[in-house]
Amino acid sequence: MNENLFASFAAPTILGLPAAVLIILFPPLLVPTSKHLINNRLITTQQWLIQLTSKQMMTMHSTKGRTWSLMLVSLIIFITTTNLLGLLPHSFTPTTQLSMNLAMAIPLWAGAVVMGFRFKTKNALAHFLPQGTPTPLIPMLVIIETISLLIQPMALAVRLTANITAGHLLMHLIGSATLALSTINLPYALIIFTILILLTILEIAVALIQAYVFTLLVSLYLHDNT
Amino acid sequence: MLLTAEDTKTATKISRLKKTEEHSGHQDSKIASVVPVKDKKLLEVKLGELPSWILMGDFSPSGIFGAFQRGYYRYYKYINVKKGSISGVTMVLACYVLFSYSFSYKHLKHEWLRKYH
Repeated sequence: MNENLFASFAAPTILGLPAAVLIILFPPLLVPTSKHLINNRLITTQQWLIQLTSKQMMTMHSTKGRTWSLMLVSLIIFITTTNLLGLLPHSFTPTTQLSMNLAMAIPLWAGAVVMGFRFKTKNALAHFLPQGTPTPLIPMLVIIETISLLIQPMALAVRLTANITAGHLLMHLIGSATLALSTINLPYALIIFTILILLTILEIAVALIQAYVFTLLVSLYLHDNT
Repeated sequence: MLLTAEDTKTATKISRLKKTEEHSGHQDSKIASVVPVKDKKLLEVKLGELPSWILMGDFSPSGIFGAFQRGYYRYYKYINVKKGSISGVTMVLACYVLFSYSFSYKHLKHEWLRKYH
């Protein structure tokens, strides 16, 4: 039973080749582009949503930070679509793989930090020591701030992985509990089924929120460093 | 409705096939079909020829990519309408679910007859 519970998180393969690449390439098909000024309903809705999020996210940045807007908006769209597609039955969610989230988090964080150190060295180094600390505490606090800086990409990646994986696991478990109980005691199975419905609504919310949080934190690191 | 070149081409192909069938009804001999099996569209392939039709398909990377492109443009006419609805996207998602089901079929096979999970 243990083998089967986590088997849905195993990366799919076709004869040993990773098919995860195909699955990661699938979400862009759902977001079409268009050359016209006035598009059909689908494209208009998507463009409106993208404009809404991009304006919301990029207003707090300076001009230099806004050069990252394409990266951040595509990041949030990718994570949202991938998480939401993972809620379909039997589908594989690439964001449950820690490798992929690390691959997303580390370059973005490193880019923001290196940019901060290159263009605003004094400000970036000043982040290591908060204002108004008593003098004896300074060495320890510098060490603590360095560790908290270095742990940021790990936290980004692990947060996304853990949230999505935990949600999927819970849905698997409660779903199988409902199925098992449906033969034994039907009213309890119906109660658990309502729990499953609530959990699905929560998962939809989590999918959206996690994307938002990921992108927001990256933009925060960017704001600190520009 | 304008007749495109493709429509006339398929119309001539169908009329040619019908003519050959009529002739073979008159004569009592088997003649080879005018169009080779590989180039026939799916609905024109007879049932007995189906395995050979599948095997003769173009499975090179550029062939598969061409198939995806053709499928995408055939699907695009359901999406690129002024008042598109949710059904266009739902079709794609349903295909995606079936596609992922085929991947996890190997794991799910063992679950059907188990008494305890």
